[in-house]
Amino acid sequence: MSNQQGKVQKMSAHDLTELLFAQEELFILDVRNQEDYQDWRIEGHRVDSINVPYFELIDGVEAVVGKLPASQKILVVCAKEGSSIFVAEQLADAGLHDVYYLEGGMKQWSEHLAPVKVGDLRDGGEIYQFVRIGKGCLSYMIVSGQEAAVVDSVRMTDVYEAFAKERGLSIKHTIDTHLHADHISGGRKLAESTGATYWLPEKDAEEVVFAYKKLEEGKSIQVGSTSISILPIYSPGHTIGSTSLIVDDTYFLTGDILFVASIGRPDLAGKAQDWVGDLRDTLYNRYQELSKDLLVLPAHFGSYVELGTNGVVSARLGDLYRNNPGLNIADEGDFRRTVTEELPPQPNAYQEIRQVNMGRLKPDEEEQREMETGPNRCAVHDK
Amino acid sequence: MADVVVDTKGLACPMPIVKAKKALDTLQPGQTMEVLSTDKGSLHDFTAWVKQSKNELVSHELENGVYKFLVKKL
Repeated sequence: MSNQQGKVQKMSAHDLTELLFAQEELFILDVRNQEDYQDWRIEGHRVDSINVPYFELIDGVEAVVGKLPASQKILVVCAKEGSSIFVAEQLADAGLHDVYYLEGGMKQWSEHLAPVKVGDLRDGGEIYQFVRIGKGCLSYMIVSGQEAAVVDSVRMTDVYEAFAKERGLSIKHTIDTHLHADHISGGRKLAESTGATYWLPEKDAEEVVFAYKKLEEGKSIQVGSTSISILPIYSPGHTIGSTSLIVDDTYFLTGDILFVASIGRPDLAGKAQDWVGDLRDTLYNRYQELSKDLLVLPAHFGSYVELGTNGVVSARLGDLYRNNPGLNIADEGDFRRTVTEELPPQPNAYQEIRQVNMGRLKPDEEEQREMETGPNRCAVHDK
Repeated sequence: MADVVVDTKGLACPMPIVKAKKALDTLQPGQTMEVLSTDKGSLHDFTAWVKQSKNELVSHELENGVYKFLVKKL
């Protein structure tokens, strides 16, 4: 696309992420179809957005100029980027100054990963959260000495590899807390390319067609020479195998069982009624026995409000027991209804994504991208 | 047989609809337009555009990677 149009500037997914993490002001003109906008869009603490499909702006942008703030940064967004450049150039011609388009559109936005440091480990290691901000997926890298473990890796595995390479780390373990249904796991691919061991809970792996190591409660995984331990805890409910990880007695990776603002949904493998009891037991009994000072690090977030300082999504377990609506449903019947009947729509192509993660379907890159369109919708309160 | 054929093969979004709209503007109500496109997003976009502009998508097909849309101006 032409960049010689000096008046319009491009904003990369990286720059947009920084802007959202810093909670800066932004006005978004989303020129995709109404349906796409309603299904999934960019949001932030100080982001305003309106939706006018690009095909309503072919003969001119007069109709929309009046709705745009004159003194604010304006970002035009579309699916890939072509239409947003088309509209942004017209806005610049109409006299607006601070006009940007989103480079690569929502397609690239959905694939962008931003690593943020969560904290240190006692023996000098570190833990990083990789925020896939467009889709709301969170993955982790645990670093100790010259070794690393990656948890709930997304399919853009080159990002973890580059991150490890820059720091001279070798990835020894890739771990999936469960068989994902909203996004394609990169765990196996990353393990194959780095020679790492791929861990998956056995009960989620009944139909997989590849070799893996069983992620089992109580059998800790060591990272680095200083023995940072990752302790698995069986915590079924979102899936029957779902397993949480306690890292260095401090960080609590809850997968899709417990989020900051919600809890996991039990229906994505079609067994909501069977698993609701497991989910209740995990959240109201098993997790209750753990230290309330653990820092919960989930595998997803549902909304920008969960993004904290520097973009990190986390919360103290004790605080979640006070504030998370999913942990405060006293009546079991109400709980059952909330997690089985009042659910948001399922994530796009979730059944096919499960098949891919079992190794039973092998879509090409473009098909994988298509399957992952839209938000993750793994929580019961994502409306 | 359509009254006008718009070939947008090889063009990316937004050009298929930009060209289609310009051609449609020259037609009289009741006349039809055939649009050819290789853009993968075009089915989604044509459906939304025709609906929003209150015309009629008479038919659409996909053959060897080419979408063929028949649009009737109302």
